[in-house]
Amino acid sequence: MSDSSEKFNISIDGIECEANAGELIITACDNAGVHIPRFCYHPRMKPVGMCRMCLVEVSGPRGMSLAPSCYLQVAPGMEIVTDSEKVKKAQDGVLEFLLINHPLDCPVCDKGGECPLQDQTLAYGPGESRFVESKRHWAKPIPLSDLILLDRERCIQCGRCIRFAEEIAGDPMIDFMSRGETIEVNIFEENKFTSYYSGNTVQICPVGALTATPYRFASRPWDLEQVESTCMSCANGCRMVVQSSQDKLIRNLGIDSDPVNQSWLCDKGRFGFTANQSDLRVTVPLASNEEVSWKSAIDFVADAIKQAVDSTGPESVAIIGGSRLTNEDAYCWSKFARSVIGTDSVDAQLGDGLAPELVLGLPKATIDQACKAPLVVLVGPDIREEAPILFLRLKDAATNGQTKLIEVTPNATSLSKYATQSLFHRPGEQHVVISALVSPQELKPPTQGAPIQPVAGVDVDDITLARKLIQENKDAVFIVGRPSMADSEEILTESVSQVVANMSEAKFLTLLRRANTHGALDSGLAPGCLPGRTTLDLGKEHFTKIWGKVPATKGSSCTEILQKASRSELKVLILLGADPIKDFPSKKLALSAINSDTKIVSITAHMNDSAKLSDVVLPATMFGEKAGTTTNFEGRVSSLGKKVTAPGQSWDDWAIAVTLAMRLGGDLGFNSLEDISEEMEKYVPLYRNLKPHIWESSAQKDGIVLPITGESVKPRWIDPIATPGISSLTHHRVALRDSNDNTLELDTGKTSEFQVLRFEPHQGDLKIPTLDAYSLRLMAPRRLYDAGTHDGPASATEELPSILNLNHYDLDRIGASTGDRVKVVSSTGEHVSKVALDDSIAKGTALIWFNLKANGDEIGASDLIGVGELVTDIRLEAI
Amino acid sequence: MARFTTENLEKASEIISLYPEPRSALIPLCHLAQAQDGWLTPEAIGQIADLIGLSPAEVKGTASFYDMFHTEQVGEYLVGVCTNISCMLGGAYELLEHCEDRLGIRCGQTTKDGKFTLEEMECMAGCDGPPCVTVNYRYFLGLDNSKFDQLVDDLESGRLDEEVPKHGTVFRNARQGGLRANKGEGQTK
Repeated sequence: MSDSSEKFNISIDGIECEANAGELIITACDNAGVHIPRFCYHPRMKPVGMCRMCLVEVSGPRGMSLAPSCYLQVAPGMEIVTDSEKVKKAQDGVLEFLLINHPLDCPVCDKGGECPLQDQTLAYGPGESRFVESKRHWAKPIPLSDLILLDRERCIQCGRCIRFAEEIAGDPMIDFMSRGETIEVNIFEENKFTSYYSGNTVQICPVGALTATPYRFASRPWDLEQVESTCMSCANGCRMVVQSSQDKLIRNLGIDSDPVNQSWLCDKGRFGFTANQSDLRVTVPLASNEEVSWKSAIDFVADAIKQAVDSTGPESVAIIGGSRLTNEDAYCWSKFARSVIGTDSVDAQLGDGLAPELVLGLPKATIDQACKAPLVVLVGPDIREEAPILFLRLKDAATNGQTKLIEVTPNATSLSKYATQSLFHRPGEQHVVISALVSPQELKPPTQGAPIQPVAGVDVDDITLARKLIQENKDAVFIVGRPSMADSEEILTESVSQVVANMSEAKFLTLLRRANTHGALDSGLAPGCLPGRTTLDLGKEHFTKIWGKVPATKGSSCTEILQKASRSELKVLILLGADPIKDFPSKKLALSAINSDTKIVSITAHMNDSAKLSDVVLPATMFGEKAGTTTNFEGRVSSLGKKVTAPGQSWDDWAIAVTLAMRLGGDLGFNSLEDISEEMEKYVPLYRNLKPHIWESSAQKDGIVLPITGESVKPRWIDPIATPGISSLTHHRVALRDSNDNTLELDTGKTSEFQVLRFEPHQGDLKIPTLDAYSLRLMAPRRLYDAGTHDGPASATEELPSILNLNHYDLDRIGASTGDRVKVVSSTGEHVSKVALDDSIAKGTALIWFNLKANGDEIGASDLIGVGELVTDIRLEAI
Repeated sequence: MARFTTENLEKASEIISLYPEPRSALIPLCHLAQAQDGWLTPEAIGQIADLIGLSPAEVKGTASFYDMFHTEQVGEYLVGVCTNISCMLGGAYELLEHCEDRLGIRCGQTTKDGKFTLEEMECMAGCDGPPCVTVNYRYFLGLDNSKFDQLVDDLESGRLDEEVPKHGTVFRNARQGGLRANKGEGQTK
């Protein structure tokens, strides 16, 4: 609670112990191993002292008196008594009071069995109630959103949900209504609780008042089994427990992992397991959309690869995708591609990510370091849409005043209201703004005395202020990501070059969208890269020794692969959980590549647009169905848990690679997952010391950031009342408190003969075309929930239409208004789309969200975006 | 109707400017909206939230805490009968029962024509003339059944329009001075 490191003695129940200055009594007691019952107190939120359950006797100027231990800070020499008759009587009374209106419908309540109210009543409460009057009655349950249901009778008014929504998520869509005996938590009229974080209120509710539809009446706590895992819905890598009943994933709960998610999850991650049970799951191998045996499917793929390699060389086989894979899968596929097929045309990203040298070669910051930095510069997208939990961490850092925030984005983001300075620039001209901010030369007028022109649409005064802040904080953390799919990744690379060239102390957090993109790149699933963050040139010798052979020259990137395929120069294209038709920025190219003569092999868990057009579809296991490790965008490796059996005949991705290799006469040398981890640990210096058993150690529960720095890990302590349901299981119990092995020392794994990739700033010469007076520049940012590659997880938010949004000025110019259809001309051709008014968009630009489901008169962003263009300019005409 | 009139919108921004934090103007703005419409319409709550940077749920949460803010529609005349001790001894419950019969509604309801809303009230400081009845917060003390009937007739026929304006909530912001005077910009009317 306080940054003061002063310590002093207090006494708890007569035992002397040490406490930190500024600490709450309840925290001091937790640290001393004395449990104080509580409901409203949550260690990640500000105390409010509302429920009165945590009353203890505290010494004060007038002797011992009852005080809420969650609200009072310790003082030197303070005497605290937690088990006196007076305290017991108070606890007894508070519980009797809380139960007056509680319906005690425990037998039909989802919380029954893991309910803090139930548990603490048993431990501290009265045996019976003196209340004989009728209890209050409300309609049971009312929907706060499509996802969250509220049973107001069960509510004990602790306010955890309301405080979470306001304080942590910044979405105060629920509040206490009315007063006294009629008080209730509710939404305003028809404004649903459409927060990306709404599921957390269910997790922290200490009674069964808030329930989420996917878990409602689905199981009882004592029927659940659980395993600790890492969320793979985005690249943030939140720690969570995955719970199942009768071999079906049923609930995810966030673990309080201090360096990552601090117990919160976004709804996409929390309810992501619904995708495991989607009707779109592929459960059997398919050839030309007919069910076939694994043997004939493998034969088909292996023969196609063999034929291609023999006739037109290994580079006529290419692999796209890999961010769905575990690190072990990715390593296995990387080895298969390089040593068995002999191709370097592998790319884990679909032209929608960052250049590998940015991800692998920049000096990195962790989330913790970013949140403690004096200055964070956000260059790119709306973080809430890309990595929702990173948004929570940054919002917290910015509102606590720890961190100043500058954002350089094309339009307002969710962080704008917390930012010190927001620089909204013309899409595609980000590097011009960055250059003005970091270069040693200050802005000068073109001629003496003339006014300085705005930089890429950003006011000069704003630039000057932001520039001053950046120049004062040379150790700023830059969070970089793609702001829009409509402009090229080269622009971001250019911006980063500018920063690296001018600020040697700056650190970077590279925002990747898909779960294990970082792990896939670490394993070399990018053209010219090899495992361990090295390049083909630097690591060739090392890996030739281990793998037998590696390709001689750099292969093709995703865009080049698709171009080759569309020209029929490619024979076999393997889609490793990738759906280029949906996810590649330019749909025209993706479609022509998939529809070409190239044999397409889709290895996927879900039937997606690309898989439908594939020659062979191989069913793969997905999150929750396989073990291994994953790497988040910090470079943090953490473990994945396997909880349920994969449906049908799904195989792990590594097993598919091993089988294909064998059929092609190669031997990857792997018979189990452990074999792969062992080889990675032994031969790739980056993974040195990451032996499989290390994930069992409680000290490594929050993951290990690579390269290993040797920093000791903070012990973990999970409050069972803060996250009910996390500890109550008999199988695979999550450790609530670390044992003492938290000083596990790992050597840094660096070896002198192994060189890693370093990002070299290059003198860019990007010529962004000038926007002519008749055109609009397109922005195509991504949203958290999009038309993804599978059935989306349950969501409380509404789908947005996939249409062009324009400023009123631009709408007037073509004489259109909201809902009208207009003709859209881009480099990809002529299209028709509806338009809508949005005055938050700057004049001369148009916004369309990337990869939303387009119905009827709507248009997909990827229909408009061309290949190899730096920016996307469009023209509109009235119809 | 439901949102602030242009004139009231000006007043609202004036009220907001009185405080260092816009959200401090929440209660005065609720008064203003209720003075305009007789109750806090959802649209007004939404507009207040926009004006002071809160969410509509927070505005309704605060407004619904106070009995004298109405978040559900009330009739043109809000009839309150105090049932605290003095009034109770003075026959408030008997009067309340009569009021229900006379208006044809239960306590807490509004007549079908939208004219009257009847509610039970806590002490209104009219203990010297129990039972204390207020209509739009104007006092009518010492009423018995026939005097109440007379009062209803007077209200219905418009004979009391001067004395009891329809939807005439006490509007505390009409007061000038106060914070403004402390800032040295005092103005009196």
